[in-house]
Amino acid sequence: MSGGGGGPSLMDSLFQRTLDDLIKGIRIHTPGAAQSSFISKSLDEIRREIKSTDLQTKSTALQKLTYLHSLHGIDMSWAAFHAVELTSSPSFIHKKTAYLAASLSFRPQTDVLLLLTNQLRKDLSSANQHEVSLALECLSVICTPHFARDLTPDIFTLLASTKNFIRKKSIACLLMVFTQYPDAVRVCFKRLVENLEASTETLAATVGVFCELACKEPRSYLPLAPEFYRILVDSRNNWVLIKVLKIFAKLAKLEPRLAKKVVEPICDHMKRSEAKSLVFECVRTIVSSFYEYEFAVKLAVAKIREFLLDTDLNLKYLGLQGLLLVAPNHSWAVLENKEVVIKSLSDVDRNIKLEALRLVMSMVSDDNVVEICRVLIGYSLKSDPEFCNEILMSMLSTCSRNVYEIIVDFDWYVSLLGEMARIPHCQNGEEIEYQLIDIGMRVKDVRPELVRVGRDLLIDPALLGNPFIHRILSAAAWVSGEYVRFSRNPFEIMEALLQPRTNLLPPSIRAVYIHSAYKVLSFCLHSFLLPNRTANFLSEFVDMEPDFTYSESERELPETSGLSETNADNAKNSSSSLKKDTFTRESVVNVLTLILTSLSPLAGSHDVELQERVRNLLGLAQLAQQEISYHDDHKEKMVDRDDLKTSIIIRLINDALSEDFGPVSLSAQERVPVPDGLVLEENLSKLDIICADVQLPISKSFSLVVRPSFLQTDGDSVSSRQNEEESETSAAESTSLLSEHRKRHGLFYLPSDNNQNTSTGFPPANDPNKKDNDVEDLVKLTEESLALKRKSNLARPRPVVVKLDEGERHPITVKKTQSNDDLISGAVRDVLLGNEASSQSNQSSGRRRGKTLSKVDQGSESKDNMENFEIGNSSKRRSKHRIHGKDKKHPSPGNNVEGRDENGEINKKKSGSRHGRHKARQRADGGINVVVQKPVIPDFLL
Amino acid sequence: MIKAMLVINNQGKSRLAKFYNYTPVEQQQQLIRSIYSVLCLQPENVSNFIEGGLLLGPDSRLVYKLFATLYFVFVFDNSENELAMFDLIQVYVEILEKCFSNVCELDIVLNYGKMHTILDEMIVGGQVVETNSDIVMKAVEEISKLETTTAAAKLLSKSTSLLWG
Repeated sequence: MSGGGGGPSLMDSLFQRTLDDLIKGIRIHTPGAAQSSFISKSLDEIRREIKSTDLQTKSTALQKLTYLHSLHGIDMSWAAFHAVELTSSPSFIHKKTAYLAASLSFRPQTDVLLLLTNQLRKDLSSANQHEVSLALECLSVICTPHFARDLTPDIFTLLASTKNFIRKKSIACLLMVFTQYPDAVRVCFKRLVENLEASTETLAATVGVFCELACKEPRSYLPLAPEFYRILVDSRNNWVLIKVLKIFAKLAKLEPRLAKKVVEPICDHMKRSEAKSLVFECVRTIVSSFYEYEFAVKLAVAKIREFLLDTDLNLKYLGLQGLLLVAPNHSWAVLENKEVVIKSLSDVDRNIKLEALRLVMSMVSDDNVVEICRVLIGYSLKSDPEFCNEILMSMLSTCSRNVYEIIVDFDWYVSLLGEMARIPHCQNGEEIEYQLIDIGMRVKDVRPELVRVGRDLLIDPALLGNPFIHRILSAAAWVSGEYVRFSRNPFEIMEALLQPRTNLLPPSIRAVYIHSAYKVLSFCLHSFLLPNRTANFLSEFVDMEPDFTYSESERELPETSGLSETNADNAKNSSSSLKKDTFTRESVVNVLTLILTSLSPLAGSHDVELQERVRNLLGLAQLAQQEISYHDDHKEKMVDRDDLKTSIIIRLINDALSEDFGPVSLSAQERVPVPDGLVLEENLSKLDIICADVQLPISKSFSLVVRPSFLQTDGDSVSSRQNEEESETSAAESTSLLSEHRKRHGLFYLPSDNNQNTSTGFPPANDPNKKDNDVEDLVKLTEESLALKRKSNLARPRPVVVKLDEGERHPITVKKTQSNDDLISGAVRDVLLGNEASSQSNQSSGRRRGKTLSKVDQGSESKDNMENFEIGNSSKRRSKHRIHGKDKKHPSPGNNVEGRDENGEINKKKSGSRHGRHKARQRADGGINVVVQKPVIPDFLL
Repeated sequence: MIKAMLVINNQGKSRLAKFYNYTPVEQQQQLIRSIYSVLCLQPENVSNFIEGGLLLGPDSRLVYKLFATLYFVFVFDNSENELAMFDLIQVYVEILEKCFSNVCELDIVLNYGKMHTILDEMIVGGQVVETNSDIVMKAVEEISKLETTTAAAKLLSKSTSLLWG
C-alpha cells in the first residue's frame, strides 16, 4: 500500500485529519500567512489522501477539499474525477460527500461530467429515497443539456412517485431540466400539470416551477388558468398562494377576462390573511395587474397604509414600494399618504429614503415640478452627501426626461441648476454641465437667464475651490462666452473668467475659460468699434426667429422682474443705449490691459490646448491695443474705425462666432439614404491599414466636416467648436488633404453630388451652408409636434424647445434571438393545446431536436421509448381524470350553470391535451381549441 | 427563484455558501466579499432588504437577518416574495436551533455538512420545496442515521481489515 507511487501510506489513512481537525486547525491559525500556509499544507495532504484506494480516506479528503473550495475559494477542479468515483460507493455517507462536492464544484465544462450520467441514473432509481434525493439535488445544480436529455425518462418516472418526498424534489429539479433541454417539456409536462391537483405537500414546488416558467413566457400557461384558480380558492398554504398570485399577475395582462374572476378571491385573501407576506403579495398583484378594479385598489391602498404606519421598517419599506406601483394609475393613493412619504425622506433607513424619493419623483408633473423641487432642494441640504446626490440626480433626470417635457418655465429651471451647483455635496457636475449647454442650444428664449446664472457662478471665487463643480463652471464659462450678447456687463464676465483663482481649474476647463474670454473680447471690440453693425446684428438675430411670438403677459413679465435684457427683443431695444454707455474707450482699454497682464504668464503653459488659446487671445488683444492707442495718439476721430485692421478681423471673427449651433439629431447620420452600389457590410479590415497610413489628416478633416455632430457634453463639443476658427485658417490645408484622401480612397466616400441632390425631406446631417434654413425647418418641426401635445389650458406658452428625434426614438432595437424560453413555451403550447396553432415553434424545436439527435444516435432510441411510455400512460390518466372531473362539482362558488360549464370545459380541455392523436377528431366536433395564435381561455372565465 | 443562500459572520468569513446557478468560485468569493461590505455598513434597526443594483444585477435583491454574530442571507429575483424569504431565514434558523439546541457560530462552523443537508431539504434548484420544520427535521434525522450506520459499518470493516490485512 505504502509503495504505490506517492499514494497514501497506511499511517496516513489511520491518522488522517478529519474535517473537524481541519476546521479547528484553520481556526487556530491567525488569518493571513499562517492560515494560508496551513491551508496549503492541508491541501498537500488532501492531494495524497484522495488517491487512496480506501474509500473512507478518499471521502474524508474530498470532504475537506469541498469545505476549502466552498468557503475559502480553493480550486478543486482537479479532483472532479475522484468525486465521480466516490458517487458509486455503496456507503451513503460517501455518496453524500461525493454529490455535495459535485454540486458545489462542477462546472458545465468539467470534462468528467459525462461519467456521472450512469451513476445518476442508478441513484435516481434507487430504493433509498435519500439516495434519490442526493442525485436530484446534484442534478438540479449541475444539469447540462446532456444530462437533461439522458435522464429525462428517469425524472419522468419520479414525477409519479408515490413518495411526496421524492416527487417534490423531482418537480423542483424539472425546472433546470426544462431550461437545459426544452424537449423534455413534451415528455414531462403532463405529469407536472397533474401534480397541480395532487397532494398539498408537493404543491409548493409545482406552483414554484410554473411561476418560473410563466415569468419567462406567460402566454403558454393561459389554458391552465382554471387549475390555478382552483388552487387560489382552495389552498391555505401561503407559499403556494404567493406563487399562484404571481402567476395570475402575469396571466392577467394577457387575458383581461381573467381579472373579473380572480379579483374577488384575491381580495378575500387580503382581508382574511394574517401573513404579511401573503397580504403584500395580494396588494402587489392588485395594484400592478388589476388596477381597474376600484374596490380592490381601495382595499389594497388601505393595506398599504397599514404597512406604512407599521413600526416594522421592512413593512414600511414594502408599503412604499407598493405605493410606487399604485402611483401611475391612482395618484390619489399617493396624495392620501403624502405626509408619510415626505417624512420618509428624512428616515434613517436608506432603503426607505430612496423609495420615498422615487415616489415623490413619480408624482412630478408640469404643474407641481416647481414646488416639489423646492422641497427636495431643502431635503438635499439636510441629507448626508450620498442621499443628497441621489436626490439631485433624480431631480435632474426627471426634469430632463423627454427633452425637458415637464419644464414650462425654463428661466426657473436654469436658476435651479445654478442653485444645485452651489449645494456643497453636489457631485453631479457632469449632468448639470450637460443640461446647461443642452438647454442653451435647444431653448433660445432662456439664453439671457442662462447667461445671468452663468455669470453668478463665474464671479463667485469660492466655487473654484470645489473640484466637483469644475464641470459646471466650464458650462457656465461656455454659456457666458457663447451668449455674451445677452450679458449686462461683459467686462464683469471677462474679469470673472480671468480671475487669479482660475489656476485651480484643470487645464481642459481653463482652456474653455480662455476661449470664452476670447469670445467676450471679440464681442466687446465689435460693439466698441462697430456699434452700428452690432445693433444690426442683434436685430438680425431677432428677425432670424420667425416664431418668436410673445403673448402680452410674457412680454411684461421680464420687464417687471427688472432684467432689461431678459429677452432678445428688449436686448435689441436697449442695446444701443446700453452699448453706448458701456463700451467706452477706457473700459475697452482696461479690458485689454487686464487680458495682457493676466494671461502673459500662461503663454508658456505646457498644456498645448491652453497655450494655443492663450496665444490666440493675446494676439487679438495686442493687435487691438496697438491700434486703439495709436489712434488715440493721433487724436483721430472714431469715424474711420471701420477701416482699422482690427475692425476687419473682428468682423470676420464675429461672423464666424455668431453662427448658431443647434442640437443635432442622434439619428441624423442614419437618415442619410444609402446610395446605390454602396456596400456597407463589406469587411473593412483594409481600412485599418489606410488609417494607420494617414491618421492625422483624417481626424482633421473629420472635425471640419462634422463639426458639432454630437451635442453631448464635455469638452468635445466645446473644443470642436473652438476648432472652428482655427480650422478656418487651416481650412485650405485640410480641404486639400481631404480631397487628396478622397482621391486615394474614393471607395469609402459617399458620392458627393449624388448625395446632396437626393436629399429627402430631412435636414442633411450638418451642412454649414444650409444652417439657417435648417434652423427654420427645425423650428417649424417642433412647432408642429408641440401643437399636438400642448394643452390649451396652459397659462404661459412654453418656449420652443428644439427637438430633433421625434420621441427620441432609439435607432436600433435588439431583437432577442430565439432562446430556450421560446422553445420551452413552444413545447408547452403544443402539449397543452395539442394543435398546430404553434406549428411554427413545433418546427423549430423539431429542427433543434434533429440537430441534437444527429449528434448522438442513441438519443433517438430513448426518445422513441419515451413516446411509447407517454402514450401508454395517457389513456390511464385520462380515465382517472374523468372521475376526478366529476368529483369536483363544486369548486366554483358561482351558479350551477357556470359550474357545469367549467367541468365540461375542463374535461374537453384535458382530453384535448391528453392525447394529441385524437386532436383532429376533436377539432371536428368541438372546434374550440383551434384559434390560431391565441390560446383559448375556457368559458368559465367569461 | 432563489439564487443563493449565504451565511457570513460579522467579520466577513463565509460559513455557508450555496449558489443555485452555476457561479465560478472566484466570482462567488467576490460576491460574498461585496455583499459583506454592504452588510457590515448597515446600521442597526433598518429594513432588511438590499436592492440588487450593481451588486447582484437588476431584478435581484437580497434579504438578510443578523443572528448574534451571523448574517443569514438569501439572494433572489422577483419571482419570490420578500417577506416570504424573510420567513424562510426564520425557518432555517429554527431548524438549526432544533438540531443543535442553543445554536452558536461554533456549531455552524463544525457542522458544515449538516448545514447543507438542512438547506437541501428546504430548497432544491432554487425552489422552495419544504417549509415545514418538522418534516425537514424528520428527513435530516433519517439522513444522519444513514450516515452514522454506514460510517460505523465502515469503521468496523476497516478495523477488521487492519487486523487481518
